[in-house]
Amino acid sequence: MLAFILRRLMQSVLVLVVVVLLAFTMFRFVGDPVNQIVSLDTPAEQVAQVRKSLGLDDPVPVQIIRYLYHVVQFDFGISYQFRQPVVDLLAERAPATLELALMSSLISLLVGIPMGVYTALRRDGFFARLFQSISLIGVSLPTFLIGILLIYLFAVTLGWLPSFGRGQVVTVYGRWTTGFLTASGLKALILPSITLGLYQMTLIMRLVRSEMLEVLRADHIKFARARGLTTHSIHFRHALKSTLVPVITIAGLQLGSIIAFAVITETVFQWPGMGALFLKAVQNVDIPIMAAYLMIISALFVSINMIVDLLYAFVDPRLRTTIKN
Amino acid sequence: MKRAFFALALAGALLSGTAGAKTLRYANQGDLKSLDPYTLNETTTNAHINNVYEGLVRRDRELKIVPALAERWENPEPTRWRFYLRKGVKFHNGEEFTADDVLFSADRIRQQGSNHTTRIPKDAKFVKVDDYTVDVILGTANPILLNQWEYWMIVSKKWSEANGSAAPTPPNAQTPSYISLNANGTGPFKIESHQPGVKTVFKPNAAWWDKPSHNLDEVVFTPISSDATRVAALLSGEVDIIEPVPIQDIQRVNSAANTQVLSGPELRTIYLGMDQTRDELLESNVKGKNPFKDKRVREAFYKAIDIETIKTRVMRGLSTPSALMIAPELFVFSKDFVRPKFDPDGAKKLLAEAGYPDGFEVGFDCPNDRYVNDGPICQAIIGMLARVGIKANGLIQPKAQYFAKVLKPNGFKTSFYLLGWTPNTLDSHNVLYDIIGCRDDEKSARGETNLGGYCNKQVDALADQVLGESDQAKRNQLIKQAFQLASDDYAYIPLHQQALAWGVSKSLKLTQRADNAVVLNWIVKD
Repeated sequence: MLAFILRRLMQSVLVLVVVVLLAFTMFRFVGDPVNQIVSLDTPAEQVAQVRKSLGLDDPVPVQIIRYLYHVVQFDFGISYQFRQPVVDLLAERAPATLELALMSSLISLLVGIPMGVYTALRRDGFFARLFQSISLIGVSLPTFLIGILLIYLFAVTLGWLPSFGRGQVVTVYGRWTTGFLTASGLKALILPSITLGLYQMTLIMRLVRSEMLEVLRADHIKFARARGLTTHSIHFRHALKSTLVPVITIAGLQLGSIIAFAVITETVFQWPGMGALFLKAVQNVDIPIMAAYLMIISALFVSINMIVDLLYAFVDPRLRTTIKN
Repeated sequence: MKRAFFALALAGALLSGTAGAKTLRYANQGDLKSLDPYTLNETTTNAHINNVYEGLVRRDRELKIVPALAERWENPEPTRWRFYLRKGVKFHNGEEFTADDVLFSADRIRQQGSNHTTRIPKDAKFVKVDDYTVDVILGTANPILLNQWEYWMIVSKKWSEANGSAAPTPPNAQTPSYISLNANGTGPFKIESHQPGVKTVFKPNAAWWDKPSHNLDEVVFTPISSDATRVAALLSGEVDIIEPVPIQDIQRVNSAANTQVLSGPELRTIYLGMDQTRDELLESNVKGKNPFKDKRVREAFYKAIDIETIKTRVMRGLSTPSALMIAPELFVFSKDFVRPKFDPDGAKKLLAEAGYPDGFEVGFDCPNDRYVNDGPICQAIIGMLARVGIKANGLIQPKAQYFAKVLKPNGFKTSFYLLGWTPNTLDSHNVLYDIIGCRDDEKSARGETNLGGYCNKQVDALADQVLGESDQAKRNQLIKQAFQLASDDYAYIPLHQQALAWGVSKSLKLTQRADNAVVLNWIVKD
């Protein structure tokens, strides 16, 4: 088991290194950071000086090695645009992204599972068909469009909810800012988390539906029927329980992508999270922020995957034996 | 009972408190990236910091230079200026403003890491005469010395040194800089809190030396980069001002009950440039020669562009077609210049005379997130050129990639491009020097943004005369001659001045200045 964990850890480090390499190769195509730092009429010698001071005139391999050398010491550098340490900037924005991701996952589970169950049980009912069509919209409409539609409906036309920002936030535990404790903070969470969670919600709904349909045909459900249990108990105690195992796995894995793909939602709602910071960094060729964000997101995916793998090994005895051999 | 009453009274007090306090909520497309007034030379940042820090001079509502921290000044000899500083001015932390701060700021802005080094000539010497008098000795006469000093903002010597911010924060800094997150100016507003890229809160400075024209108690600035969200925030009343309003939303903002669009011509000139130096264009099917070296070809391009259609269709009326490389507000004789008439047949004829009866292909570089509707303008131009047989292969890309390709560090790799320019000094000399001046002398900074490399030594000679001439009437004549030479050469194809568009709540009274600066001191809220 220990060898397995060690091997997985080694692989994870390798993945992170590959991410850095790929990122640095990509950065050569996003534009010249120096032009974003100086203005159009800055004298050429000064431009050259800035380029040199940032080490951008060194060959790319040298830049990569220097970057890795700093990263292993948890030094992600200073943002070109803000002249602040990247770590501080990301740490300041992480609570916003994580709270948004948490809320979206909750919404997608709390709405998606009942809808899935309902559509599986009343396959031909009017509402089941309605939910199915809605889920099609959720899958096919791009996030930014959903966000803008929600803003126009609930913020501009009805005036119920704010169109941007986090509302009033409260600082807890020193640095963590939370919107959960104020009315305006909670109101501000609603539209962005629906926007971000809609895709996951439809995914979960469809997953629950198909799993449920399958489980309902399984033997143990037939036996339960034969034993004369109530329909309610069969559906919700037995069928739903066995449905939820894959659903929880998927939802867990999706949490990573919710955090990673909050970029669009955060930009539409001017949500002060890491994703919006990343997008701004791309526009301004702020390489330290881009690199750090990509590292964090890939570290997140790698660790979620590793946890899932370990859990599987823990849960499934067959896997454990293959690992031993 | 008693407690309930107390709570009620408290709630009442809070309510009346919020009703009485005038908070201005303001959203801009751009960020306020650093509070250090010397790290970034960019319109949004400069204009916002200018509410907090002040220069020796400032610009009034008509952009005229008027005294600020300097009460008055004189120019006894062409190379010597004397500034009499205002007495009794205090920084936000209570320190007295004196000549030492001016000398310190003059050094600081010219140090490495500053992005404003060109605001003060390199060889200018600052001499303290007494605590409230400063002499500036110049290497060469400069009648427009003060023209870019409104954004040379004075920082406190003591405070900067005490907080490890004696030098501007360079981009490769290893430690966060105090001055980029905290501010200590002399201006009408103080910074209450600043979260870069998220939110900045300003509070009025009760101890300001001048009489405030605003009636605000607080200003909350939020960058909102998404156009649709910014407009929605204004329409739903969550913010009071947005800048800019995207052109397609102007009607919507105007038709709403509580909002309107303030628009006016901006100072930036949008223009097309052509590579006139290389013997063969980088991106063209014409080999062995450069068609743009032929004046007739440049004239043909000019005549092929239907500027009125760009104005009505692409800009929806929000542009002022221009015949000059500088905005009419900035040059008195601009009315004497007129665009050649839109004439596609004439253009074809000129191309045929130049030896291109079937036209030719040329690459066309264009940004799509820098100027108002820049991408669509380029698409329109591609269509117009196609009508006279020119196949312009548009490379329309984000500014980060666009500028990386076409600017000097990359060797001006463009054949034909669209660019916009506002002279930093709001004066013609800057245009004659930076844009129209020859770039053949490697050591000189002349023509550094002359991407096409147009060169006319007569223009350069006139530009040098302009720089030294302090008689305004003579100076304007020289400028006119220089612009005339460049226009006759079809050195560039000026397109238009784009319009400013601010969305404002009808409860505000404010002044929109042509340089697009939002001056908080001029905002009155009902």
